[in-house]
Amino acid sequence: MQLGKLAGLQECDVPLRNIFGDALLDLVRENPRVVVLDGDLGNSTKTEYVRQEFPERFFNIGIAESNLVGVGAGMAGAGFYPFIVSFSSFLLCNAYDQIRLAVAMSDIDATIVGSHGGITLGKDGPTQMGIEDLALMGGLPTFTIIVPGDPASMQAAVRAAPNIKGPVFIRSSRVPMPYIYPEKNTPFVVGKANRVREGNDLTIIGCGMMVSAGLDAAAILAKKGIEARVVDLHSLRPLDREEIIAAAEETGAVVCAEEHLLQGGMGSNVARVVAESHPVPMRFVGLADTYVESGDPWELLEKYHLTAADIAQKGEEVVKVKAGA
Amino acid sequence: MDKTDNISIEELAGIAKELRLDILEMTTRAGSGHPSSSWSAVEIVTALYFGGVLRYKPQDPWWDERDRFIMSKGHAAPLLYAALARAGYFDLKELSRLREAGSPVQGHPIRGLMPGVEATTGSLGQGLSLGIGHVLGGRLAGKKFHVFVLLGDGECEAGQIWEAAMSAAHFKTGNLVAILDYNKYQETGPISREIGLEPLVEKWHSFGWNVHEVNGHDLQAVLGILHLAKQLEATGIPQMIIAHTIKGKGVSFVEADFTFHGRALTLEQAELAREEINAAG
Repeated sequence: MQLGKLAGLQECDVPLRNIFGDALLDLVRENPRVVVLDGDLGNSTKTEYVRQEFPERFFNIGIAESNLVGVGAGMAGAGFYPFIVSFSSFLLCNAYDQIRLAVAMSDIDATIVGSHGGITLGKDGPTQMGIEDLALMGGLPTFTIIVPGDPASMQAAVRAAPNIKGPVFIRSSRVPMPYIYPEKNTPFVVGKANRVREGNDLTIIGCGMMVSAGLDAAAILAKKGIEARVVDLHSLRPLDREEIIAAAEETGAVVCAEEHLLQGGMGSNVARVVAESHPVPMRFVGLADTYVESGDPWELLEKYHLTAADIAQKGEEVVKVKAGA
Repeated sequence: MDKTDNISIEELAGIAKELRLDILEMTTRAGSGHPSSSWSAVEIVTALYFGGVLRYKPQDPWWDERDRFIMSKGHAAPLLYAALARAGYFDLKELSRLREAGSPVQGHPIRGLMPGVEATTGSLGQGLSLGIGHVLGGRLAGKKFHVFVLLGDGECEAGQIWEAAMSAAHFKTGNLVAILDYNKYQETGPISREIGLEPLVEKWHSFGWNVHEVNGHDLQAVLGILHLAKQLEATGIPQMIIAHTIKGKGVSFVEADFTFHGRALTLEQAELAREEINAAG
């Protein structure tokens, strides 16, 4: 099933990582303070575009993530704005303590990009998959955390990052994501969730590719007479509490969907706001306590219940609970 | 102001004595901290800040051409704070608030909380990478400065140190000077007994560094080797100064007992230490 097809979204055949690479190159062209550091994966993360055009502002620190983060933080101390990029899994899991001290606790202006987030890198298998990155970033209080869900929001996130005070995390992905927003005049404000579909029976809140999947799920539900609101919660910190509270109050049921472990991800953040403001029935789509194996990305999404159909099923369920309450 | 004035070794020794006393008073008042790890590096830091090695402006602490000093062995925070205060970065009275809630002189250094504190350290192994970043940034910006990083010896057990060591040589960081406070003890015992580092000179040399050795308490020698290391910038080779030191230097009963690592002196011990430091030549 092609992502976004049921919802009528415009397909994009360029993987999100390439969109990121192009956006970063544009930023480097415009902003002389931006430097890029990578952990020998520039051909996968697509920082290679910067390397080709601006070799003097690109630093391959090698397969040494701890040093990569430290060197990047040091460059911030010398007046530059570093983008520190690698696979989410390697960067965060190898260099968490370096990110914690040299970036988060130091509260420097810098962006960490975790590429190949989630399970849709597919065939390289679980050692490469960043399924815990959002939980790990949640443990670093000074970070802004952004999970773009379409090409336009990735472009906007990269453009916005150097203007944000303190450190920023952006999740990138190996797979293409359809257009939710127009490339020009994207309604993207860090910390402000976007309501991408109106509806009053429930709200589907997603981030990353699960926004498109949520829109597809809304199309499935609409055929059954259930109108779902869909919210793109692209910023996990700062969290748009108002939009979450509005969802609970106005639709009375919430389904959260993310390409991440259920533990400590987007859904648990949303649940905390709902629980303390306006408790309503909730359901969660994400990875239960499990690692995922190698495989075709779309097969894996089906096997691990991260599809539009899974979201729609949870949606029906939560609407029934709401009606029975 | 540039601290490049000529200063006599006697005057430097006087400053070193003040720093030793500051460390004693700070940690005794706080009731915790790492006095012995601070005392072993007193002459090194004295030479850097007061011997005309570092170029800095206390009134413009983030001057973009300042020489950098990164205290990678963050548990020697009392030494860093005392040196910064005596160099004019902030008032000496701040030192009395070491380790207090709400105080900017935290138990381990936090970048920017006090002027002159370049790096957040205390989880060991991280400072050398930061130093390389400053070198690369300065090079790209066309700024001329040196970067000094003070490493602990036990810290060199951390893998990140060797990641950094390898990349420093690769990036030809001739203006990077690391000083290793080789006091031969880590928290739980003698380094040779716990996780031996030798042959240390050969290790750093094989990672592409120019390696010097010095008695880390001989101010004249320390000053000489720091100035020499600066002059070798044009070689493009990072400079390592292995400073042989004594943990707890200046207080005989602390020198003789490595278990003082993370422990302040009692009030009675502090009185004895104060007398001994003051009596030293």
